Amino acid sequence: MRSSQTYQPGVPAWLIPIAVVAAAVVLLPLVGMLARLPMGQFLSLITSVPSLEALRLSLITASSAAVLCVLLGVPLAVTLVRIEFPGRQLARAFVLLPLVLPPVVGGLALLYTFGRRGVVGAPLSAVGIDIAFSTIAVVLAQIFVSMPFVVITIESALLSMGTKYEIAAASLGASPWRSLLMVTVPSLMPAILSGGILAFARSLGEFGATITFAGSLQGVTRTLPLEIYLQREADPDAAIALSVLLVLIAVVIVASVYRLPARYRGLRP
Amino acid sequence: MKRWPALTAAALLLAGASGCGGSGNAADRGSGDSHSALRVFAAASLTATFTELADVYEQENPGTTVELNFAGSSDLVSQIQEGAPADVIATADEPNMTRLTDEDLLAEAPQVFVTNSLTIAVAPGNPLGISGLSDLAAEDITTVVCAVQVPCGTASAQLLDRAGVEVSPVSEENAVTGVLSKVATGQADAGLVYTTDAAAEGSGVQAVDLPESASVLNRYPISALQAAADPEAAAEFVDFILADSARGVFDEAGFGVP
Repeated sequence: MRSSQTYQPGVPAWLIPIAVVAAAVVLLPLVGMLARLPMGQFLSLITSVPSLEALRLSLITASSAAVLCVLLGVPLAVTLVRIEFPGRQLARAFVLLPLVLPPVVGGLALLYTFGRRGVVGAPLSAVGIDIAFSTIAVVLAQIFVSMPFVVITIESALLSMGTKYEIAAASLGASPWRSLLMVTVPSLMPAILSGGILAFARSLGEFGATITFAGSLQGVTRTLPLEIYLQREADPDAAIALSVLLVLIAVVIVASVYRLPARYRGLRP
Repeated sequence: MKRWPALTAAALLLAGASGCGGSGNAADRGSGDSHSALRVFAAASLTATFTELADVYEQENPGTTVELNFAGSSDLVSQIQEGAPADVIATADEPNMTRLTDEDLLAEAPQVFVTNSLTIAVAPGNPLGISGLSDLAAEDITTVVCAVQVPCGTASAQLLDRAGVEVSPVSEENAVTGVLSKVATGQADAGLVYTTDAAAEGSGVQAVDLPESASVLNRYPISALQAAADPEAAAEFVDFILADSARGVFDEAGFGVP
C-alpha cells in the first residue's frame, strides 16, 4: 500500500475496499448467472432456431443502427459544437434526452409518431408504407436510444481538440468542406469509432422501446433481449444461456472501446 | 484527457441501459406491523379484483393488512421458488401452479376460484366489422396475439387450432397487456385477449363475443403456501376468495364460475 501511495499521491488506502465493493456490485450478479448456466447444454441452447434468428436479427439491426447513428450523429455534433445559433444549449440538452428517458417512454413516443395513427406514420400508412411491426421499426428504436452516445463522444472530442487545425487549414486556403474532410474528420476518427461501437452496444441491448414500438415476432422484430425475455417464461435455461451470450458480446465490445484511444494515440495531433 | 470522452460515454451507456426493466409491480398496502401483514402474490389479470377484495378483507379483519404483489404467473412462481416471502398465491393458469405443487411449496391442494375465456379485442365501434375468429385470417387485418410461451398464448393457439383458423400475427407479445395496447393504440386491428381485460374500464378496446371460447378456459387456482408466516391467516384469506361473497366482484369483472 505504502509504495503505491508514493507513486500515486492522493489515493488513500481505504479507497481500495470501497472499490472492491463497487466492483462486486457489478461482477457478483454475473457470477450468480454463470453459476446457473447449464454448461452441457449451452451450445445447443444458443444454436436453436429461435436463438440464432434472434442473434442474426440483433447483429443486423444493431450494426445498421450504429452506422446510421454515426452518419447522422457526426454532422449533428459538429453543428452543435461549431455553429453558434440561438437555443443551442437547449438543443444539446434535448439531443441527450434519450439517455435519461426510460426506453419504454421512447417506444411510446415513436409509436405516436411513426405508428399507424402517428403524425408521420398515418400519411405513410395511407400510401402503403407501414413501419410498425417491421424490422425498420426495430432499427428506428435503436437509433433513438443510441444517437446520444455518438453525439456526446464526438462533442467531447471536438471540444478537447479545439479549432486551431481548422484555422490553420483555412489560412492555407482550404475550403470549409475540404477542411472538414481532410482535418476535422480524420482527427475525429478515434471518437467516431468509439462512438459507433458504443451505439452498437446500446442498440444490441435495446429492449423497452423495441417491444413497445416494434412488437415481437421471430425473425422480424424479436431481437436477442426480447427472445431472452420471452424464454424466461418457458425455458429459464435457454434465457440464461442467451444472457451469457449477450454478456460475452458486451464484454468484447466494452474491451475494444477501452483499447481504442491507446491504439490511436500516436495518430492523434 | 484523451481517454475521457470514451469513458464518459461508457458510463452513460451503463446508466442508459439500466433505464428499462423493473416493472415495479409490488403494491404496498400500508406499512403496518409485519406480523399482521398478509403477503398475497396474484396474477396480473387479477389486479383490479384482488385490490378491491383486499380492501374488503382489511375492513372485515381490522389490524390485518394485505400486501399485494402482481406479476405474470410465471414470474410469481419463479419468485417463490427463489425464496420470496409469500403467504398466498393465485395464478392465471394451472401449469404454473403445478410447478409449486411439484416442489411441495403449497400448504394445501390448490383450488380453482374463477375461469377466464378469450375474446377478440377490436377498436371501439368495431370499424372493420370483425365478427369471429375466421375474420382474423384475412390478409388485410393486422392481428396480434400472445406468444405460445405464456398462458394467454397457449390458450389462443388452442382456440385457433380448434376453430381451424390459421392466423399470421404481426406480433407475438409476452403479455396480454402488450396485445391490448397494440389494439388500443390502433397499431393492430384485432388481438386475442382475456374477456376480463377487454371488459376492464379504460381498456380502450371493444370485445367481439366468441361463443367457441368457452371450450378453452384458463382456470385460476389459489393456495396458501407452506412457508406462510401465519398459516391460519393465509388459509382464511383463501377461504375468503373462494366464498360466495367474493363472487360478485369476479362476476362484475367478467370472470367465469369454475
